[in-house]
Amino acid sequence: MRYEAPTTINAAVKLLAGKAGQARVLAGGTDLLVQMRTDRVAPDLIVDVKRIPAMRAIAAKSGGFRIGAAVSGAELGANKALRKAWPGVVEAANLIGSTQIQSRATLAGNLCNASPAADSVPALVAAGASAAVAGPRGKRTVPVESIAVGPGKTSLKKGEIVEAIILPKRAPRSGDAYLRFIPRTEMDIAVVGAGVNLTLDSKGVCTAARVALGAVAERVILVPEAAAALVGTKVDAAALKRLAAAASAACRPIDDKRGTKEFRIKVAGVLARRAAETALKRAGGSK
Amino acid sequence: MPLDSNIDPATHKFNLVGTRPLRPDGVDKVTGRAKFGADANAPGMLVGKILRSPHPHARIRSINTAKAAKLPGVKAIVTAADFKEGKRALRDVLCNVMARGKALYDGHAVAAVAATSASVARKALKLIQVDYEILPHVTDVDEAMKPGAPLLHDDMITAHVDPAPKKPSNVAARCEFGHGDPEVGFKQADVVIERSFRTEATHQGYIEPHACLASMGMDGQGELWVCTQGHYMVRNTCAALLGMDVSKLRVTASEIGGGFGGKTTVFIEPVALALSRKAGKPVKIVMSREEVFRASGPTSSSSMDVKIGVTKAGRITGALAEIRMQGGAFAGAPVELGAMSAFACYDLEHVKSVGWDVVTNRPKQAAYRAPGAPMVAFAVESVLDELARKIGMDPIELRLKNAAKEGTQSSYGPKYNRIGLRQCLEATRNHPHYTAPLGPNEGRGVAAGFWFNFGGQTCVSLNINIDGTVALAVGTPDIGGSRASMCMIAAEELGIPYDKVRAIVADTSSLGYNDISEGSRVTFSTGLATIQAARDAIGKLCARAAKTWGISPEAVVWENGHAKPSSPNAGDFAPLSLADIAKKAGNTGGPIAGHFEVNADGAGVSFAIHLADAAVDPETGRVQIKRYTVIQDAGKAVHPSYVEGQFQGGAVQGIGWALNEEYVYGKDGRLQNAGFLDYRIPVASDLPMIDTVIVEVPNPGHPYGVRGVGETSIVPPLAAIANAVSAAADVRLTELPMSPPRVLKAIDGKAAGKARR
Amino acid sequence: MSTVRVSTTINGDAVAYLCEVDETLLDVLRDRLGLTGSKEGCSTGDCGACSVMLDGRVVCSCLVLGAEAEGRDIRTVEGLAAGDKLHPLQEKFLEFAALQCGVCTPGFLVAAKALLDRNPDPSETEIRFALAGNLCRCTGYDKIVRAVQSAAAELRKG
Ligand SMILES: Cc1cc2nc3c(=O)[nH]c(=O)nc-3n(C[C@H](O)[C@H](O)[C@H](O)COP(=O)(O)OP(=O)(O)OC[C@H]3O[C@@H](n4cnc5c(N)ncnc54)[C@H](O)[C@@H]3O)c2cc1C
Ligand code: FES
Ligand code: FES
Repeated sequence: MRYEAPTTINAAVKLLAGKAGQARVLAGGTDLLVQMRTDRVAPDLIVDVKRIPAMRAIAAKSGGFRIGAAVSGAELGANKALRKAWPGVVEAANLIGSTQIQSRATLAGNLCNASPAADSVPALVAAGASAAVAGPRGKRTVPVESIAVGPGKTSLKKGEIVEAIILPKRAPRSGDAYLRFIPRTEMDIAVVGAGVNLTLDSKGVCTAARVALGAVAERVILVPEAAAALVGTKVDAAALKRLAAAASAACRPIDDKRGTKEFRIKVAGVLARRAAETALKRAGGSK
Repeated sequence: MPLDSNIDPATHKFNLVGTRPLRPDGVDKVTGRAKFGADANAPGMLVGKILRSPHPHARIRSINTAKAAKLPGVKAIVTAADFKEGKRALRDVLCNVMARGKALYDGHAVAAVAATSASVARKALKLIQVDYEILPHVTDVDEAMKPGAPLLHDDMITAHVDPAPKKPSNVAARCEFGHGDPEVGFKQADVVIERSFRTEATHQGYIEPHACLASMGMDGQGELWVCTQGHYMVRNTCAALLGMDVSKLRVTASEIGGGFGGKTTVFIEPVALALSRKAGKPVKIVMSREEVFRASGPTSSSSMDVKIGVTKAGRITGALAEIRMQGGAFAGAPVELGAMSAFACYDLEHVKSVGWDVVTNRPKQAAYRAPGAPMVAFAVESVLDELARKIGMDPIELRLKNAAKEGTQSSYGPKYNRIGLRQCLEATRNHPHYTAPLGPNEGRGVAAGFWFNFGGQTCVSLNINIDGTVALAVGTPDIGGSRASMCMIAAEELGIPYDKVRAIVADTSSLGYNDISEGSRVTFSTGLATIQAARDAIGKLCARAAKTWGISPEAVVWENGHAKPSSPNAGDFAPLSLADIAKKAGNTGGPIAGHFEVNADGAGVSFAIHLADAAVDPETGRVQIKRYTVIQDAGKAVHPSYVEGQFQGGAVQGIGWALNEEYVYGKDGRLQNAGFLDYRIPVASDLPMIDTVIVEVPNPGHPYGVRGVGETSIVPPLAAIANAVSAAADVRLTELPMSPPRVLKAIDGKAAGKARR
Repeated sequence: MSTVRVSTTINGDAVAYLCEVDETLLDVLRDRLGLTGSKEGCSTGDCGACSVMLDGRVVCSCLVLGAEAEGRDIRTVEGLAAGDKLHPLQEKFLEFAALQCGVCTPGFLVAAKALLDRNPDPSETEIRFALAGNLCRCTGYDKIVRAVQSAAAELRKG
């Protein structure tokens, strides 16, 4: 096992691409180190990306944001402009683990760990975020929902690394929100998560919406039917009810130690509705 | 002062008892200097690691360690063959420490290695080949009792059943307590309710994993450093399992990072000693958190039926409980204590409780704070709550009408001495919490709890130093500030300042045998022995003063830290302080020390009432505790801060047990949630402040009136919270934990029922 | 397994050590440097007993590789008191009996200090959420929260 801490993205890509055997990016390490400790992964090479300056910055970019892949949750939460534009994304990222975990955990790590219960991912998917990917064959930008393909599995090729997460420019009268269900108040993995992002016109009618759910399928899912329930409405009680029903209908969960199938299906609808209510408020609409 | 006199704790004015001085081990613990189990190292030390069965039930056909032994850095490997199969009484302990013939649960130890580093040891474990024949398994208590269930031990014949069964089963024993005839009682009742309850196994959840450092010399003498609640128990057990003389093993108790009953037996200690003996080097073993969950001792899960009848006027006429507990792979579920405590709060004419001790393919249970009582109280106090509602009576009123008092014949046999249940109930009724308004979707629950408390074998030495300070040696590991209390008690007796006494927990070779720190016995028995040791020293101090003055020892009294002539005609001498006498000890007969050895009796039972407010989210089933108050009889609170701490800690463990903690087994018989992320103990943000009321009804069995306080506080919370949640959700919850899926299902079930009606 | 040579600063002092790649900062502190004040309750980030400050932020040292510490600034519970003077948090923990067994205490002290450094006047709720990554099984948290409140008040007085 070897440890490297390159200072450029190119160097990181070269290391990852060059090594035979298993190579892993180390961002905050809050998933990777646990997996190593519990014998689930045994990488031959660890590439720590926290010493790459470009990956440690949050930059304003064409009206949106470019968040370096090594930016921690605590740093995200401290960025006022980001919090104002995308409160749902930031609140989702800040839900991850404890204060200690927040000092280290990254959005990109949450995404690339490819857990269906990852908290920031439904919020990012709802936000229409994309991932800037660098690899031995150059760079590409893809929607975040295309990164995870199943529990613990990503579409990233050998040597590829997520450089940054990109959040688009915000239309006026937009709001987003993320809610998760956990039995305790902290330190739990989501039993269900729901992210909602919506935009209103000047009359308060919803013109665009995206709804994403976590922990109800093998990966985070985008639910267009749920979004469709909101578009064209004032996000009134009837629309919210349709949204909840559509969200529940989209679930294909499993029974596990964290919750039952029927519980997840029902609560997905409840959370989608509650998140939509918050997003609506943030967009300046009233309920 | 007559040495054996008891003061009247209700009127006596104490100098120190009842105050809140800083603890003597405090600075070490806030600066990181205190040495816990894993904090000790030895030169040339090896790292020990244990290979554990991944199967819940399997015959071990063979273990091949050849490959592992060849790995550079591996210094010793042990299996069951390295332990002596000695006395029958220890057979289960031995089989639990290292599987013999069969692995009986997921996590059961099958082999261990000692190597020069953790990474080599880990690699070595992977090279050990175990050939398992997988057998069918059972982890549920009711399933395990059924005929045809997979059998764990083919020689297990249920004890205390007449006539004895012919065939083996998973039922180790039956027990029964009570008096009168419940069936007669039910006939006298206006309302009878019978319900079934279930609780899942929970873990003590101490934050410090088991850890020890063993060092065996070639001369057969050994040293062991270990975090344990009872280092004498560790010494005796390990010596027996390794075939050593007890005198050849010296055990030192480290600071202990929580135990709650879970550190009252051995797991890794004999293994570390065996590895050290084989390797000829010190060996340290520290359990991982996963090992703690899979392979130490959680509590039992239970399945219970409770039936109680009352009159409209609120008199309980009959009570019956049938309790089934699984205690893991070996006999010993705490069902007897559960059955004994079931109705101990009440003064009943017709009462009976029956218990069944069942084995399953789970880790052997260990004691957990008031073992057996919380789950049974959950069942009994839930039924009482329902009865109170049915007859339209205030739940405290119902309990007051039936509360046990001095002279009551308890449901488990003895007659009560002076007890404080009524006082606790009244204090609850008068507490502002009891009548505070509730918010929407909130409910309030109340429940009572009882615990026996224990005394046991105890031995204390108290040495008077040359400068008038005192070295106090006790043999009960300090699991919650007991050294502070012992210093207070010694100083109180001797009449010297608190900071002149320093208490240590002596190793097994420096002091006589002491029972484990369990059963809420430490402040009671070690306190009692400390008082008597101090009085023993005072006798000697007075004799030295008498010698100095040339008068008879009977003519000397001890007052406020000084020896004085008992009356003017005894002579006219200036009082001698403890320091004065100590300074001259060399000339008056040598060192001065007090000792006391006792098998303490008269611990004095204690009672508590808990009040809980819970809010239930009707759409998700999520429960939030909004307010919580503990009212408990402490007899006499020596250090009130640590008494409150025991109340609060027990209540919060109970909150976890009630709401979210549980052992989750998969269909494959493997534990699914062996970590703190999914075994959900309460975190700070889950909780409100925990209010406490210390009731003091002195225990006649103790010179200061002290009762144990450590365990009673976990008895009422399961029921108090269940009653609160049931009120908030308007549906009775009978299974623990009341996790959100379970609560939501109950709420939805009720709604569906109404819709059908 | 290759070993890594690391130079870092611990409690203000320059320290150099060798460690294996898969060793955590907690392993290094405890087993190589003899700083056993940081405790291991889980090694998976769940209990907070191993909390240390890394470049001014509180982290679980069990989730940091020893190799990552190169050139960083690390503070542990051993560095909390100034010479022979306890930090107000340490004093208040003693005064409020905020420890029973005390194994969680080092982690709580480090995490509470991190909180008060950033937020000198936290509400009870803020304290409870900021410390939710530190498990205590003995106290029920009541006395810990009160000790932190009191230390915050003391520190505000300056
Ligand atoms: C106590 C605790 C609590 C937790 N609570 C939560 C929670 O509430 N919600 C939640 O969603 N998660 C939770 N987690 C999981 C974890 O903290 C998050 O998933 C976190 O966002 C991971 O980020 P990281 O930077 O630490 O990732 P790392 O552990 O560094 O990496 C995770 C994975 O992604 C890969 N990776 C990382 N960065 C990149 C990159 N830039 N390009 C390509 N691959 C990359 C790594 O190789 C690794 O496989 C918790 C973990 C712990 C220990
Ligand atoms: S040991 Fe690091 S969080 Fe538990
Ligand atoms: S005091 Fe024991 S875990 Fe906190």
